[in-house]
Amino acid sequence: MNSVNNNVKISCRNVWKVYGENPAQFFTNGDGNVADTRGLWEEFEANGHIGAACNVSFDVYTGEIFVIMGLSGSGKSTMVRCLSRLIEPTAGEVLMDGEDLLQLNNDQLIEFRRHKMGMVFQNFGLLPHLTVLENICFPLKVQGVDLQKRVARAQEVIQLVGLTGREDSFPRQLSGGQQQRVGIARSLAVEPEIWFLDEPFSALDPLIRRQMQNEFLRLQKLLHKTIIFITHDFLEALRLADRIAIMKDGQVVQIGAPAQLVLNPADDYVAEFTKDVPRVRIITAGEIVDADQSTDGISQRVNALATLESIMPCFNDHPEGLIVQRDGVDIGIVTPQLVVNALAAAPDQG
Amino acid sequence: MRAKLFRQNYHGIVPWIAVILITCVCLLLRDQVSWLVTLPVELIIPVADWINVFMDWFIGAFKWLFRSFNWLLSWPMAGAQGLLQWLPWPATMAGFCVLAYVSSGWRLSLFTGLALFYMVFTGYWLPSMNTLGIVFVSIPLAIAAGLVLAVGAYKSARINKIVQPILDLMQAVPTFAYLIPILLLFGFGPVVGVVASAIYACPPMVRNTILGLQKVPSDVLESGIMSGSTKRQLFWWVQIPSALPNIMVGVNQTTMAALSMVIIAAIIGGSADIGWEVLSTMRKAQFGQSLLAGTVIALIAMVLDRISRGFIDRTRAVERQHLSRAERLKPWLSAFGLMVIFTLLSLFIPTLRVFPEAWIFYPADSINDGLRFITANYSNLTDAFKETIFFYYLLPLKIGFAKAISPFSWGFSLTPAMISGYAVVLTALVGWLFVRRSWQSAVMVVIIGGLLYFGITAIPWIAFVLVVTLLAWQVGGLQVAALSLFGWLFMLFSGVWPQAMLSVYMCLAAVIVCLLIGGGLGIWASGNQAVSNFLRPINDTLQSMPLFVILIPFLMFFQIGEFTSFLAIIAYAIVPTIRYTEHGLRNVPQDTVEAAQSMGCTKRQLLWAVKMPLAIPEVMLGLNQTILFALAMLVITALVGSKGLGQSVYIALSSANAGQGMVAGLSMALIAIIADRIIQSWSKKRKQALGLL
Repeated sequence: MNSVNNNVKISCRNVWKVYGENPAQFFTNGDGNVADTRGLWEEFEANGHIGAACNVSFDVYTGEIFVIMGLSGSGKSTMVRCLSRLIEPTAGEVLMDGEDLLQLNNDQLIEFRRHKMGMVFQNFGLLPHLTVLENICFPLKVQGVDLQKRVARAQEVIQLVGLTGREDSFPRQLSGGQQQRVGIARSLAVEPEIWFLDEPFSALDPLIRRQMQNEFLRLQKLLHKTIIFITHDFLEALRLADRIAIMKDGQVVQIGAPAQLVLNPADDYVAEFTKDVPRVRIITAGEIVDADQSTDGISQRVNALATLESIMPCFNDHPEGLIVQRDGVDIGIVTPQLVVNALAAAPDQG
Repeated sequence: MRAKLFRQNYHGIVPWIAVILITCVCLLLRDQVSWLVTLPVELIIPVADWINVFMDWFIGAFKWLFRSFNWLLSWPMAGAQGLLQWLPWPATMAGFCVLAYVSSGWRLSLFTGLALFYMVFTGYWLPSMNTLGIVFVSIPLAIAAGLVLAVGAYKSARINKIVQPILDLMQAVPTFAYLIPILLLFGFGPVVGVVASAIYACPPMVRNTILGLQKVPSDVLESGIMSGSTKRQLFWWVQIPSALPNIMVGVNQTTMAALSMVIIAAIIGGSADIGWEVLSTMRKAQFGQSLLAGTVIALIAMVLDRISRGFIDRTRAVERQHLSRAERLKPWLSAFGLMVIFTLLSLFIPTLRVFPEAWIFYPADSINDGLRFITANYSNLTDAFKETIFFYYLLPLKIGFAKAISPFSWGFSLTPAMISGYAVVLTALVGWLFVRRSWQSAVMVVIIGGLLYFGITAIPWIAFVLVVTLLAWQVGGLQVAALSLFGWLFMLFSGVWPQAMLSVYMCLAAVIVCLLIGGGLGIWASGNQAVSNFLRPINDTLQSMPLFVILIPFLMFFQIGEFTSFLAIIAYAIVPTIRYTEHGLRNVPQDTVEAAQSMGCTKRQLLWAVKMPLAIPEVMLGLNQTILFALAMLVITALVGSKGLGQSVYIALSSANAGQGMVAGLSMALIAIIADRIIQSWSKKRKQALGLL
């Protein structure tokens, strides 16, 4: 997670997806930068149109895990499909390294998908008639890579996701978790720059889900992809995300780091999710640090990224407080009082 | 409040009362006003003549086109037949056995070998190969045409809109009716069989392929797109392979339909093929011969069905092995090798080329002797059976108690006292139902009571049209009602009303029996695995059997006539009722069954109070299929003397009267489609109400 830098990889600007007879009529020249989102929403609903994504804007940084979280019908799946152009957005811009994806013609788009994008699906989307190896080779076969090269590459990713020995199985012969490993391996076969994961673990049992989440974090540590991850599970979002966007009714309600959402939910809707979250595992020392108090008489140092749960035992020996370090530099101190204050703040008070 | 409740409970009763009153008026006046029963000749529109005029012009203008097509097709035909005739029988047998082995293992391979050996052994080898030659040319044609149409319909909503109703019509038009225009356009000869069977066999291919393509999960499709597939790659590497199980179901159904039609086409293009063997011997009442030849058809049907089914299972198999290309080619290479070896051997061993005449076992005469013995000694039994059902069931349905009850049939004549008694009992029943149950059941009993008294053929057409159309309206809405009205009026004004009513009567008589016996068997099978296992292969076999093979056994014992066709229709049409009833009962949600059991339902209560109400929509779909099957068989039974529209088609076929054949064929299709629409709408409504959709 440290590898996040500030280069914007994908920028999603005022993206709209409206279903109905003639959705284009509401936008001039496909410009989604509308001042009054609510007003427009009501206008096209009155005209028999349905909005699935409304004026959605966000930036995703290189190497970041960006999670879009929302309940069913919130527009999160629509958004990831707008970004990959499986669905054509009605208005707005999707910039990737500054290039507008929505302007690509069909051939360019195919080229783009072949080399820069990988996607994992909720129900795996494996081809039932192909073996594991053939499924993973498929994106390379489509590009016309020769047989030997693609098998060699597929073997690499098979090893990466831990499927060695199952190469000749068919998807139906695998468990759900194994099938999703195939899906992951397939999406990584072309070494994409951007990795879309659409509720990849939602169809799995809770235990397997947990295991796959760890596996996913392990892979990201190795690969440093730019990731857009869709989920309806808030805890999953907290576990995996560098930053989370919460969507409701086609709109983004709040974007922020996990602790930010927990500490400062933007509205009651977000607060409802954060209510039962064990805050002690989410909030880090860096987020409650007091930079103004003097560090005199304090010796013990902790990392700014350490969670409160992990630093609390230290207060037994150092009740006076701890010095918080970020990137080797002291930035302030935390005291037991600050911890208690942070944990006691009821989420519904804002 | 009370008025509102009344309106809710009795919503829709008023038109029924009106219809019943109109019917009574018609019945009272039918002796005075003759057009209530039969439409006067002046009013009949000569649709058939118009069609003939059009066909004459069309044939004159385009005959060359179809004849050149005929010439074109005669080449692959001659090739396929020539090859199968030329190949020594052990070589062909080896080819089929390997195919069967690849499809589903050595047991089917053994069965295939035995089946083919039967053809050798009884001396039916060459006619069988001729039939297979036609089938093997028409199947690829049907599959190719079906695939193209299906892909078109899948990709373009506009094409789909055109294709769907044509498919509906094609599946409802009886087999013989296809043959007439094809006969006129292509002339006589085996090519007619190819064309007819290719056209007839096409719809299941189209339907299943469209279904398969539509069923490809969106995740699979999107994963193909995200892999960067071009449209073509997506189609050939993702969509088609994912739809393959359904496409293979289409191939299976198409194969069986093609075979069925090739057999039927023998009636016009008959030339040394196995269909002709059956037909000609049947006509000469040589039942031993037709039984032996019919067995060949049955065996061909079973072999083709099992082999093509094996390929469906293969595409669906979970325990599939990943095979390298060499491993996959191995069986085919060995088949080819075997065929070459046998062909070479046959050059030196003549027995392998032509099975010696002296070794042929052909027990037709013994069968005929046995049959003669049975008819001589037990005909009183079969006759009693036949007469009982005819006098006490078929006749009342056809002409009503009013005419069926006579000293000759029932042993007494109907007295006014009996008629009043019938009326009183009926009225009491209707009254009780109206008060205690629902007005719908009361109306139903009024209609059934009237029908039984007057008979289907004596019902004034106004009454019949009104009753069916009103039912269609209340069940399926305006569209279905319009279809019903149009359909019946078409039959009325094109002058086939009496034949149509005869067909309705025959169909109804058979369907009622199917529902009672088939429903009973279905219920039994749903609760008893042994019964289910016993019935399944029988049902499979009956359903894949070319229709006129089914006639043979009934013909042997009951001779030509309405009763034989009645039994043959039941034998064929009962299958869907059994299947759907069993399936419906078995697929009742497990939760519901367990809930009922935990409340202490007895087995009987569980069946009638819980499972049956939930399974009824499914059972009705079975009934729907049963009606379609009955109508399809009705045409074939014209061969053994059933009356009605089927007979009209058959006569038109033998006199090459396109107009008459098309009108009668279309009428049968309309009856089938109207019944289908009404039942489907009802079943769908019911499923929605039960939350099963």
